Amino acid sequence: MTEQFHEPGPGDPKYQRPGHTLDDPEFARLDVPLDEVDGTVEEHDPERYAEEGRGELRATGANEAVKSRGQWNQAFRRFAHDKTAMAGLILFVLLAGTALVNVLLNPGGYTVSYSNAYLVPPSWQHPFGTTLIGIDLFQACMRGLIVDLQVAFIVAGVSTIIGIGVGATAGFFGGKIDAALMQFVNLILMVPTLVVLIVLSNTLKSSSNTTVVLALLVAALSWTYMSRLVRAEFLSLRKRDFIEAARAIGASRRRIIFRHMLPNAMGPIAVNTTLTMAGAVLLESTLSFLGLGIQPPDVSLGRLLFDGQSYATIDWWVFAFPAGILLALILSIFVVGDGLQAAVDPRKSRNRK
Amino acid sequence: MTDATTTADLNGTTAEGPLLAFDNLTVTFTSDGATVYAIRGVTFSIAREEVVGLVGESGSGKSVTSLAAMGLLAKNATVGGSVKVLGREVVGLKEKDLSKIRGTDVAMIFQDPLTALNPVYTVGWQIIEALQAHRDFNDEQAKAEAIRLLTLAGIPRPEDRLSSYPHEFSGGMRQRVVIAIAMANQPQIILADEPTTALDVTVQAQVMRTLQLALEETKSSLLLITHDLGVIAGIADRVLVMYAGRIVESGTAEDIFYQPAMPYTHGLLGSIPSVDSDDGGKLAQVPGNPPVLTDAVVGCPFAPRCPMRQAVCLESEPSLQPVSDTHSSACHFASEVITLPIGQMFAVDDEVTP
Repeated sequence: MTEQFHEPGPGDPKYQRPGHTLDDPEFARLDVPLDEVDGTVEEHDPERYAEEGRGELRATGANEAVKSRGQWNQAFRRFAHDKTAMAGLILFVLLAGTALVNVLLNPGGYTVSYSNAYLVPPSWQHPFGTTLIGIDLFQACMRGLIVDLQVAFIVAGVSTIIGIGVGATAGFFGGKIDAALMQFVNLILMVPTLVVLIVLSNTLKSSSNTTVVLALLVAALSWTYMSRLVRAEFLSLRKRDFIEAARAIGASRRRIIFRHMLPNAMGPIAVNTTLTMAGAVLLESTLSFLGLGIQPPDVSLGRLLFDGQSYATIDWWVFAFPAGILLALILSIFVVGDGLQAAVDPRKSRNRK
Repeated sequence: MTDATTTADLNGTTAEGPLLAFDNLTVTFTSDGATVYAIRGVTFSIAREEVVGLVGESGSGKSVTSLAAMGLLAKNATVGGSVKVLGREVVGLKEKDLSKIRGTDVAMIFQDPLTALNPVYTVGWQIIEALQAHRDFNDEQAKAEAIRLLTLAGIPRPEDRLSSYPHEFSGGMRQRVVIAIAMANQPQIILADEPTTALDVTVQAQVMRTLQLALEETKSSLLLITHDLGVIAGIADRVLVMYAGRIVESGTAEDIFYQPAMPYTHGLLGSIPSVDSDDGGKLAQVPGNPPVLTDAVVGCPFAPRCPMRQAVCLESEPSLQPVSDTHSSACHFASEVITLPIGQMFAVDDEVTP
């Protein structure tokens, strides 16, 4: 600091922009108190911001409250504004809803053979046409959809629970427990899922509830990605200050794991769960397409594809409708997962500017 | 700051015994075969309603000392010696027993209020959690108490703020919330680890005032860890200066600020900016860096940076010796250093030397 140094201020000639004087209204605006220019002051009027704060995270002062809104609330709003994701969700709900209503109204519909209608093309009576043995394809597709949804939800639920359990334990305790569990995970990862399922397919066929047993088997082999994800989240959360702070107020381990760490990891977990659902549907279809999954008289979309593959070029509807429904189902789950990802973590949004 | 402290002697002991007592605490960290001697024998205690300031530069072991009192050290830390909270040994205590002490006997205020609050919960949820962790409050009572705590911490319209999330608060407001959480269970001792470092200077004073009010309300003792001597000056009854994992000087605030008896303290005081300095505003700096504590220390750890070092300084490490009733220093030449004018020991350089 030299002798010539003096406090800069509005009176300083250097501080006047060219063409402006102190009397200039443009310049005088700078004399407005800070809190009227932006919202960086602590005391402010929340109602005012509630009115203005229509969009999320407006580019105002970093300190201001837009509106009381939690992480999930914000994620939900982002999701609701994502047209693609909402379209996916609507498609998913439509598919599941139609299937559910249809199966409830007509539980055994997919087994009824119409002796006067073999391989008839789509009509008002049989919207998706009928198969070689006279089964209404719409009924069969709806039943297949239900079976696939069952598989998807059981696999997603079970593998998420196992994955969270193993991943959280490994990530929270670290050290030897982590090393042992991760070796176990690597072991499971090395198991070729398809081969195991093919080998076990005979047992599967003879079981009383093929759908559930198949889903549990798939779940038992597909929780590994979830566990790795949860472990990574927990490892990074473990070092965070608010976890240390929770310990410092005397929170128990269980409380820290379930009430402090898990909610902070829920975003990636939710995204991964949807991906697991899509993966499970694909895997079931693959198995059934090979003739190994769901067995007649029950149907799944994959089974219908297997049955209909040789008709694809002649009696197109026998193949096209199951394929279309399967495609729509997987697409809708993927799009919802993608939207969820963007909603939970805006940095990963595909619409980033 | 109160009557209780005037009766406290150098070690903070009163008739009822110290609230928090460190006895020859040592902490070493091992990672990848390397050993770091972070704390090398720290002994001090804090009496009821006493405010003790712990100063020193980064890596001197201030934070590790406070974490040891909470049992919050990382797993690779080896703790030796003893830390007693209300007469109860903390070193070696199980996690389950530690969590009963945490929050009720000892509470902690963290450095960065931006990260010390859980982002997915409302402020009210987090205060109520702290309350219900140790006390049998139903939701209504806890909510009323949370509002009271926020009011004490100086948060306007606390009823509305309970449902706000941490990201909706400014840094100063968040630190007030952290203080409210620390006060929640009327702790006997509050450990504040650089509570104002992450804040604007204008907010610092407000937060320190809030902290003082919190102390009056809870009748707690405070261990204030900081590298900001200005923060210490206004509030501390006693000041401890840490260097290289040891306490190198201890005394009342007056002792430390007006009659420092350790060259390192001279250096710290000389590097405080002053509005009315007459040497053109340049600051004296302490040359060099603190020692890396991976090897056993030979001689005084400050000797390499000390302008007064003699042969003896490089050979033996001085222990903390009293220079007056309230004042101790770990310097071979304490009686000489104490007579020197403050801020003159280290040269004022035009160039910054590494």
